[in-house]
Amino acid sequence: MDIKRLNEIKENTAKAIRVREEKKARISLKDRKASDEYHLLVCAGAGCDSSGGKVLREQLAKEIAARELDDKVKLVKTGCLGLCQAGPIVLVYPEGVFYALVQKEDITELFDTHIRDGNIVKRLVYEGAVKEDDFVESVDEVDFFKKQVKIALRNCGRIDPEEIDEYIAYDGYQALYQCLNSSREEVIQTMKDSLLRGRGGAGFPTGRKWESAFVVNDYPKYVICNGDEGDPGAFMDRSILEGDPHSVLEAMAICGYAIGSNKGYIYVRAEYPMAIERLNHAVKQAKEYNVLGDNIFGTDFSFDLEVRLGAGAFVCGEGTALMESIEGKRGMPRTKIHRTAVHGLWQKPTIINNVETFANVPYIFQKGAEHFRSIGTEKSPGTKVFALGGKINNNGLIEVPMGTTLREIVYDICGGIPGGKEFKAVQTGGPSGGCIPAEHLDTPVDFESLGKLGSIMGSGGMVILDEDNCMVDVARFFLDFTVDESCGKCTPCREGTQRMLEKLDSITEGKGTPETITELEEMSQMIIDSSLCGLGQSAPNPVLSTIRFFRHEYEAHVNDQQCPAGACKALAKIVITDKCIGCTKCARVCPVSCIDGKPKEQHVINQDDCIKCETCIAACPVQAIVKQ
Amino acid sequence: MTFTLDVEKNREKLEDYQQFLNAQKGKPGNLMLVLHKAQEVFGYIPGEIQQMISDTLRIPRAEIYGVITFYSQFTLIPRGETQVAVCMGTACYVKGAQAALDKAEEVLGIKSGETTPDGKYSVEATRCLGACVLAPFITINEEPHGRVTPADVEELLRKDK
Repeated sequence: MDIKRLNEIKENTAKAIRVREEKKARISLKDRKASDEYHLLVCAGAGCDSSGGKVLREQLAKEIAARELDDKVKLVKTGCLGLCQAGPIVLVYPEGVFYALVQKEDITELFDTHIRDGNIVKRLVYEGAVKEDDFVESVDEVDFFKKQVKIALRNCGRIDPEEIDEYIAYDGYQALYQCLNSSREEVIQTMKDSLLRGRGGAGFPTGRKWESAFVVNDYPKYVICNGDEGDPGAFMDRSILEGDPHSVLEAMAICGYAIGSNKGYIYVRAEYPMAIERLNHAVKQAKEYNVLGDNIFGTDFSFDLEVRLGAGAFVCGEGTALMESIEGKRGMPRTKIHRTAVHGLWQKPTIINNVETFANVPYIFQKGAEHFRSIGTEKSPGTKVFALGGKINNNGLIEVPMGTTLREIVYDICGGIPGGKEFKAVQTGGPSGGCIPAEHLDTPVDFESLGKLGSIMGSGGMVILDEDNCMVDVARFFLDFTVDESCGKCTPCREGTQRMLEKLDSITEGKGTPETITELEEMSQMIIDSSLCGLGQSAPNPVLSTIRFFRHEYEAHVNDQQCPAGACKALAKIVITDKCIGCTKCARVCPVSCIDGKPKEQHVINQDDCIKCETCIAACPVQAIVKQ
Repeated sequence: MTFTLDVEKNREKLEDYQQFLNAQKGKPGNLMLVLHKAQEVFGYIPGEIQQMISDTLRIPRAEIYGVITFYSQFTLIPRGETQVAVCMGTACYVKGAQAALDKAEEVLGIKSGETTPDGKYSVEATRCLGACVLAPFITINEEPHGRVTPADVEELLRKDK
């Protein structure tokens, strides 16, 4: 591979996929003609595939073959588009029509109306794109996408992740070529100038990290990509690895050149089989093209990559634990006397960066550090990808400039809370993070602001909670997770989190006292001060932040033996209201026969015998039975 | 429950695995690789296999056992022919995954992490599977099922039986 060949591939592929760049903002529904060429981009992310996307793709391919349209219609399997709620998603170019919730039964109509006649199948268009009678908006104009700025996800949903040529068409591997023709110092200086901070959670400046490994005179050196995305509710690394694996490979090679390393490892969770498959495929292609391997672009720089699998241990997301795991040991964090940039994998200088961090790197070299700094805030430039889950209308993946407020994310982009319920809190940062209540919705999202609220940016998972979620129960859920995942090396984390969980259990069972809350706070501080690694030091965050912002809920549990959200089973009381019509259905379905009452009269639940199975609630025809 | 490895039935697999082990000798960090392979080939990592690894790669049994039990993907008992995984990530949990897991345990008569005595079913509460949009999310032999209610779980498992 040389630059001439790379540019040739770029130009040829760009020509072949140009229909994807011809779209207009608004698509008229009148006086339409069929196009000569169509590209159907079908999302092959995990969300769409689980909603029937896989079957849909197979059927679309069959339809194209059956209608002998191979020359005219190209089916492209892309990575995740982010709006998983609307899946399976099909984008039709040149128009850029956004079809949502497409099922295999819709295929005939799609081909007859759109591909043959050139008309838009309005009933399948994503509802957010239909604003006027005569027009629909093209995909980029939809509110959900319009307010986003895509850097790390720039190619997700735009290219076929299994085709290296399509990555090259969008400037892929140009940054690597450019770096190999600059000095190592220049590459590191650009990274430092960009002020890119680690997207895995801690926000350490990437350029400074690279420099500290560069200056050490000890070989071999290693580059590791941390793809052990363990935070429940976060799936951005998965989407990048599945939707644009080459951006990570290119960045790792750049890092390897900068610090003087010839060997890289990508450590991926075993829970992500599709990401592993695409990565292995991408590594193979990159080696065939000689953008990885020996003497890249004819220079004397060689770089080899290997994919390593995790085996289900949350703590392996911690850098030193991950290195232990690659070395084939129990993934327990090391006592950090030296930085891993000096003594890392096999005690050699090692750079470990998160998937999303790496995905930003080629972009920085393509557009320049100054351009990158112009996005986001002064101290946290660039963008951040967030995964939104829980009680929110537009579940999915978004990328916004740093400094965007939580309110914009929750309401403007993700469409607010479903079912007319009240927003209660947003949980950020997974088991190491905290819950942020409604009064702080105007907080700009960057590393510092979230820290001030006792939460963290973390890897970017956001789980939205509504009025039905009990904050004590949420804290208990996270602690249960940490207890299970604590590696057992240091006592504060191993024993302390267990004791805290027992206290929380007692509160959710109505056995807590006001002192229990104080004890929880004291133990939290102790664990924060004395744990060995970041997992332990941040484990009490969910408890502390919920006590800080939702103390009244804790107090209701310990003082009044009540769970205001009605989520804690032991404290919940199921009662029949005066809406009861006396149909006797509830009494008949009750498995412990604890409901009394005469026909046509209001029934009563005997609270001592009730096992809170909620069968009666489901059976009641007039919704007269409620949880309190 | 105890499960024993049928050496006669698995002779070919065992021989292949021994060859694989031989090829990994001296490779740095090889223990994780060979454990992944064993889990994939045999569905679990029985004592016989641990001994083979120990003999070939010169790693103490205790260390191998330590690594196996550290990672939740490695198991010392076989998983069922039909593997049910209930995601217990945050997004699934706040949308009612616990009720789905309770129902699966009830229908199959085993607890999370166990296998039915006939070896047909196993159920497992897993870490976040990253399909938060489809919460609560379960997989049955890797076939995804999203937005499940306890009633759906019951239907899926009974239909399967």
